[in-house]
Amino acid sequence: MLAASEVLSPLRDGWFLQNAWLAPVVPTIGFAFIILFGKRLPKKGSEVGVISMLASLVLASGAAWQWIQRVGDAGEEQFVSPVIRTWTWWQSGGMEFTIGQHIDGLTVVVLFVVAFISTLVQVYSLEYLRGDRRYTHFFAALTLFSAGMLAMVIAEDMILFLLGWEIMGLCSFMLIGHWWEDGANSRAALKAFFTVRTGDVGLLVGISILFFAANEWTTTNLGVSGFSIRGLSAWALSGEPNSTVILVAAIALFIAAIGKSGQFPLHTWLPDAMAGPTPVSSLLHSSTMVVAGVFLVARLYPVFFTGLDILGPSSNVIMIIAAITIVTAAALAFVQTDIKRVLAYSTVSQLGYMMLGLGAGAWLPAVFHIFTHAFFKACLFLSAGSISHSASHHSFDMKKDMGGLRKHMPITFAAWTVSTLALCGVFPFSGFFSKDEIIDNVGGNGYTFFMVVGLGGAFLTAAYMTRATYLTFFGESRGAAAGEHGGDEHDAHAHDAHDGDNATATHDSHDTHRGPHESGVLITAPIAILAVLAIFSGLFNATPFGESWEYMKKWVEPRAVEVISESHSGGPGEAFVLAVPNAESGYSDSPCGKETPKDGVCYAPQVNHAKFKWSKALLSLAIVFAGIAISWMLSAAFYGRRDPRLVGLTERNVIARTGYRLLANKYYLDRLYERGIVSAIVGPLARSAYWFNQQVLDGILHAVARVSRAAAQVVYRDIDQRLVDGAVNASADVTKAAGTTVQPIQSGRVGHYGALLFATAAVAALVFVILNT
Amino acid sequence: MLTSQFLLLGAILFCIGVYGVIARKNAVLVLMSIELILNSVNINLLAFALRNGSADGHTFALYIIAVAAAEVGVGLALVLLIYRNRRSIGLDELSEMRG
Repeated sequence: MLAASEVLSPLRDGWFLQNAWLAPVVPTIGFAFIILFGKRLPKKGSEVGVISMLASLVLASGAAWQWIQRVGDAGEEQFVSPVIRTWTWWQSGGMEFTIGQHIDGLTVVVLFVVAFISTLVQVYSLEYLRGDRRYTHFFAALTLFSAGMLAMVIAEDMILFLLGWEIMGLCSFMLIGHWWEDGANSRAALKAFFTVRTGDVGLLVGISILFFAANEWTTTNLGVSGFSIRGLSAWALSGEPNSTVILVAAIALFIAAIGKSGQFPLHTWLPDAMAGPTPVSSLLHSSTMVVAGVFLVARLYPVFFTGLDILGPSSNVIMIIAAITIVTAAALAFVQTDIKRVLAYSTVSQLGYMMLGLGAGAWLPAVFHIFTHAFFKACLFLSAGSISHSASHHSFDMKKDMGGLRKHMPITFAAWTVSTLALCGVFPFSGFFSKDEIIDNVGGNGYTFFMVVGLGGAFLTAAYMTRATYLTFFGESRGAAAGEHGGDEHDAHAHDAHDGDNATATHDSHDTHRGPHESGVLITAPIAILAVLAIFSGLFNATPFGESWEYMKKWVEPRAVEVISESHSGGPGEAFVLAVPNAESGYSDSPCGKETPKDGVCYAPQVNHAKFKWSKALLSLAIVFAGIAISWMLSAAFYGRRDPRLVGLTERNVIARTGYRLLANKYYLDRLYERGIVSAIVGPLARSAYWFNQQVLDGILHAVARVSRAAAQVVYRDIDQRLVDGAVNASADVTKAAGTTVQPIQSGRVGHYGALLFATAAVAALVFVILNT
Repeated sequence: MLTSQFLLLGAILFCIGVYGVIARKNAVLVLMSIELILNSVNINLLAFALRNGSADGHTFALYIIAVAAAEVGVGLALVLLIYRNRRSIGLDELSEMRG
């Protein structure tokens, strides 16, 4: 801990750190440019998308590099303050809302991953979607999608965070429903949108609660509003907040994360989101969109830490949800025949790991898992796309149209294998370092049960990925992979996607008479790059090799120290002392998170790091290898040799049948949502409206009618016939004459009526002005 | 000074909207023009709220936005039905109201 008198070394902040906000701005401009001029450009706007993402990547890399330098400047126990810049966005009734950037280790690592994967996916799409009907719009939406994520990542306050979050929701809707002519696709898009929106309510509620609870404290002590992420972090750890308020806020925010990151009860949209083009799935499932929920928890970690009592004696809601997610999603992956759906469920399950890590206090391993997972999952999706593009005739059905592809597609096969091994967590591949760290730390923090769940999940992961690999690349070629052209069963995508192909018949991958073959270089290059990263990205935090390999820990993890004064690079004398009152009671243990800071503020809670032991790693490796081996033998027996003991097991055995049905129907969750919730709301609403209409309104109407009828008869006899009719006849004559005169005005044209209306209004306004002056 | 610029912007938007309502033949474009008019009103409200330093104008503008959304929903439903009946959304062809 620092004493107030100790001199802090000044921290560098270079141009890239100061201007990291450009990273989302450039793709946003690119988006506008593509929408407005894309169709007139020689490459239909795709070049703008790729270039703007490249520019973002350069900005993100520069920021990452300078952040590493900045961390290097800081002392061992010094808090590396984030580079924050704010601008006033709008004012309302004395309140000032700011927009700005908050660049720290977490921001930098996610920023880099998003920009990197987006660039590769755009390059990949150049080839994959060539000749598509809405090629330009696809690139526009893809670029805006990345921009949304980048904006959310750099957000200084929750308002900009919300903005980026919602932009992503919108773009995911547009991209999943890219081929909306097919009803299934537009339904999937709607489902994704509405499911995520359900969670988004939580985000709004959470942000509002936090604002009203924290605004006073943050304004007085830090001079920032209650939306500021920095302010909220400090507030959450100050010992000030009421435990109920912060609990409710944390749960509301976590509901948002559940929706966005596909955690257990709201995960159903993610597999359906496979209806979009493969590059979209790849981007959506690796670095943008689904990571947003995890990022939210990681970003506002102090709020969750205090609110949900992370590292406390009992298990918290994040861990429980995450554990359910890991197991249920992994089990679902076994019954899928669509290769992309297997990957989708694997994403859900891996997101469960990240959440589990965050819930158990393993912040850094969870963030590191975001980093490695992005590379190998993007690689897996792009490989699946490459297969469907060049080998299986736009089908994703592993059982019908794939098999034996390893000979035809060496590069795709190699990349797929490497990424699968990384996903399973086999030793030198990246997934091992991150996933094992999570499991290790969950156990190290005393949550033995959840560690066992994590290990079980690792077993399931290895097993279902082996099954998918076997079905795709080994065994005999089936269907389209065997060179058959099964015309009709190939879904509408194929025709929609490539109806422009006749114009571009020169490019080889659509030379469909060649049967399965390797894809072109624009597809294989991104896959190869990602495969290399799937192998090596784990070395950024290779705990097994000792302290000196833990770069991520050094660069990304915020240091849990009390900040008393902050140094700014502007020069000496600019350091200011934060005035924080000594808040009363708190926890008692380590400086930040468990105890009320005395002289300053904390921005990050103190977490533990489990000591790496080879014995634990060997145990999890043994489990993974067991999963691979068992699944391989079963797959070979079931799909390869059609072993009579296994084939038809679901018909013969009650337990197997029940299990299979439960999985094939996705635990009946979809049905529950559709029949249970949607119809439960729509049906009674309609029925009660009908009842109200029939009974109440009609009753009133009937009564009124009876009364008025009686009255009318009296009126008719005495007043109407004698008195009124005379007057009416006279006025009718007048009206008729007038009507004939003005009849031409009633042209029946809405435009004319509008013109008359506005002309009258203008005259009235003129009269009004004259009268008032 | 700033207020007058906002008001000017509002006036310009209003005029564009009025022009659109009168001159456009396409029902959807007319609806969009009506939106422009509503938003010009919003700008006026915000400009005055800014000058008076109160949040009332903001609140009212938010109400207008909500109402405008509902209005456009109804309008588009009308357009859709008209389209189903006549396979066209040209307003010129809708002259049954001629007197």
